[in-house]
Amino acid sequence: MTAPTAPAATTAPLASGRRGASAARLTLLHARSQVLEALRVPVAVVGTTAFPALSLLFFVVSQPQIARDPALSTAAAAQLSVFAVMSVCLFTYGASTAEERALPWDAHLRTLPVGAGPRLGAKLLTGTAFGLLGLLPVVLLAAVLTEAALPVHRWLPSVAAVVAGALPVAVLGLAIGFSLSSRAALALAQVLLLPLAFAGGLFFPPAMFPAWLDAVSRWLPTRAARDLVVGAATGAPVPASTLPVLAGWTLLLAALAVAAQRRDEGRRFR
Amino acid sequence: MTPSPTTTGPHPANPPARSTAAATPAVAVDRVSRSFAAVTALDDVSLTVARGESVGILGPNGAGKSTLLALLAGTRRPGRGSVRVLGGDPRDPATRRRLGCTPQQTGLPATLRVGEVVDLVAGHFPDPVPRGELLERFGLAELTRRQCGGLSGGQQRRLCVALAFAGRPDVVLLDEPTSGLDVTARRALWEAVRGFTAAGGTLLLSSHHLEEVEALSERVVVLGGGRVLADGPVADVRSRVALRRVRLRLPAGVPEPVGAAGAGTCVRDGERVELLVPDADGLVRDLVCRQVPFCDLEVSPASLEDAFLAITGAERGGRR
Repeated sequence: MTAPTAPAATTAPLASGRRGASAARLTLLHARSQVLEALRVPVAVVGTTAFPALSLLFFVVSQPQIARDPALSTAAAAQLSVFAVMSVCLFTYGASTAEERALPWDAHLRTLPVGAGPRLGAKLLTGTAFGLLGLLPVVLLAAVLTEAALPVHRWLPSVAAVVAGALPVAVLGLAIGFSLSSRAALALAQVLLLPLAFAGGLFFPPAMFPAWLDAVSRWLPTRAARDLVVGAATGAPVPASTLPVLAGWTLLLAALAVAAQRRDEGRRFR
Repeated sequence: MTPSPTTTGPHPANPPARSTAAATPAVAVDRVSRSFAAVTALDDVSLTVARGESVGILGPNGAGKSTLLALLAGTRRPGRGSVRVLGGDPRDPATRRRLGCTPQQTGLPATLRVGEVVDLVAGHFPDPVPRGELLERFGLAELTRRQCGGLSGGQQRRLCVALAFAGRPDVVLLDEPTSGLDVTARRALWEAVRGFTAAGGTLLLSSHHLEEVEALSERVVVLGGGRVLADGPVADVRSRVALRRVRLRLPAGVPEPVGAAGAGTCVRDGERVELLVPDADGLVRDLVCRQVPFCDLEVSPASLEDAFLAITGAERGGRR
């Protein structure tokens, strides 16, 4: 996108306008509306918080050999947290974009002077915010019903790791949402989420993997997210490949998402 | 809803008719085509709108009106040709900073309140109209705290039009602004929009209704089948579009009076003849003078749809 060739008389006001509406302010503006819309339908919020809590009950609390071991249950809760935030980002704020952009309101938002960045940024922001909200029940249940323990000094790194780990999956969701129709997007997101989560060690720890799966797993964004979060929560060593893999996937998928958003023309007619 | 040019007029920093600015047209569409799969929505359309002009785009459903406005709003890309708004590419957000558009009525986010929607839209512009002032102007001030989903159809429509003016735009695109409104609400809305054009704003308005285009525009562009069928002052286009339907019976063997008083389209079924004519009085006078033995004469106003078909048929004659 190049600057318009405006005549001299109109260049000055345009330039000042550019400064006036900064990308960060527009991101917050869009995020605010998305949060308001989500809060006006409280069931949707309950839904995003209930799912990870139930997963914890079924996968961790029900298995005494994990629930009674502090290290194992902390790691298990950390893995599930990654899974929980990921699924919220992938579905609620990623693939559901496909549904939204077919709506007339989305067509109107695209007539406003705002580029791809703030609109994608706002979705990431709301996705992570609601994803983290969904973690509260997980953290509470893990603290009360299992031996999992998270010392205070590990809280902030853990939250930061969860957010960083969720990023590649969130932008994957956006790339899917802006490229496909809503049915196709939801189907693809579902097809991708479980294998990625399983192979990334979010359900069973990678220590239980056969060697070949462990080798493949190290290249996956879900595995990198899992290692980062478990490392931040338990102090377990984080493999050197973790951050490059995470950053690589994030950049690649973000580029895809931005390209798809720019190409987007809303509803497609056949 | 009284017009006050300062409220919805173009941004004072961007005077619409200064010598240099006037050189760049508000809208320049150059040989644009756009198709969706098998359907050609726009076929080699060119259109230039000077700053401060007010243009009505008239056409039946599927004529290409909405596609043309979507190209100008930057939400769709032309397949071929170029689209410029105030000299810039409307796909560039910086160009859209001086453009105001209406959402489709059904599209307002149902759970957001009126004030929140205005704040969201206005927040994209460097110097928006204050919320209270904008809502006051469109008769929505008491509804600020209401959720959009709870508004009546007329209120939603007014809010949609109000949003187009939130950012003090220089160019406004209104897509069927008053469809579904009653006469009073329609006139009030026109009044509010006139304040903008009176202050030098450029308006492009798509409509089904000739009356609406007459109320707001001095120039009309008629689209049909994705092409520009007519482009000119309202009065000129009106004479082409405001047709009469004349029905009569002619005995077998008597030729139908095609060509008399501009009678164009003609359908004959045995004795029954149906004509679309711009000047029904002239046609009848001609028939009487020539002593054509007609009977069962009936004259009624033709619908705009009929008129479009007549123009489309005339222009396309050889192609179909």
